[in-house]
Amino acid sequence: MRESTAWYWFLFAGLIIFVLLGLHMAIMHLDELLLALGTGYANVLTFSSVLARSKQTFFMISYIILLGVALYHGLYGLRTILFELNLKSGLQRLVTAVLLVAGVGLFVFGSYAAIAAYLFKMN
Amino acid sequence: MEQKQGYRHKLGLLGWLSGGRYGIERYAYSLHRLCGLGILTYFIMHIFVTATRAHGAVAWDGAMASVTGTVFKLGEFLVFGAFAFHGLNGIRLVLTELGIFLGKPKMPDYPYKQSTLRQRPVLLVVMVLAAILVLIGGWDFFVQ
Repeated sequence: MRESTAWYWFLFAGLIIFVLLGLHMAIMHLDELLLALGTGYANVLTFSSVLARSKQTFFMISYIILLGVALYHGLYGLRTILFELNLKSGLQRLVTAVLLVAGVGLFVFGSYAAIAAYLFKMN
Repeated sequence: MEQKQGYRHKLGLLGWLSGGRYGIERYAYSLHRLCGLGILTYFIMHIFVTATRAHGAVAWDGAMASVTGTVFKLGEFLVFGAFAFHGLNGIRLVLTELGIFLGKPKMPDYPYKQSTLRQRPVLLVVMVLAAILVLIGGWDFFVQ
């Protein structure tokens, strides 16, 4: 991928994160405010509340999308910072490869967790 | 004889620490990166902690018990504040990237007005909005 294309995906991913992470932050950390406004979830960190969200298709899909775009945005941002430290081209390729493998690995792991929680059956 | 110059314009970490003759935008840049790195660190830990929900209530409660206490609560609040600033400032950066709020190109007339100064009010709006979100978040985190 051309560097300029990767950069524009990085910006686009940031905009998606702004929306999805904004929603996530509001649900998880502005819960009292949302409840006062007549929406949101009470006791957001209890297992029953977490599972109630995880078992909704909207949350499962949005978690996976957020996971993917946040990993891309975060790791590409880290790569940009590291590249500004005057790395030699061989080291640049190594950094790219390591971040790519880490990103794909974390995406597979996190997606598996989101799907497993979506399919989770209470005993 | 050809002399290898390298990238002398790249300051590396030193560029983070000093804004030099640049304005407040340079410090916003440093803070943006610092917040980004903080959020990324938290995010990677968050993936592993939240994955325990797939293994049932006992695993989830165990994971939650390991991340409670004042330090974690303060850390989560810092992540919330970092997201507020990084997200809003990121919107400003995207607008700047697209040339919005920089003004139209025109012949330079004295007194010159830089594009940086034209978009500076946007940075101030970003800082105020981020501060409001941090205050609301602080109320929800610590008062409620």
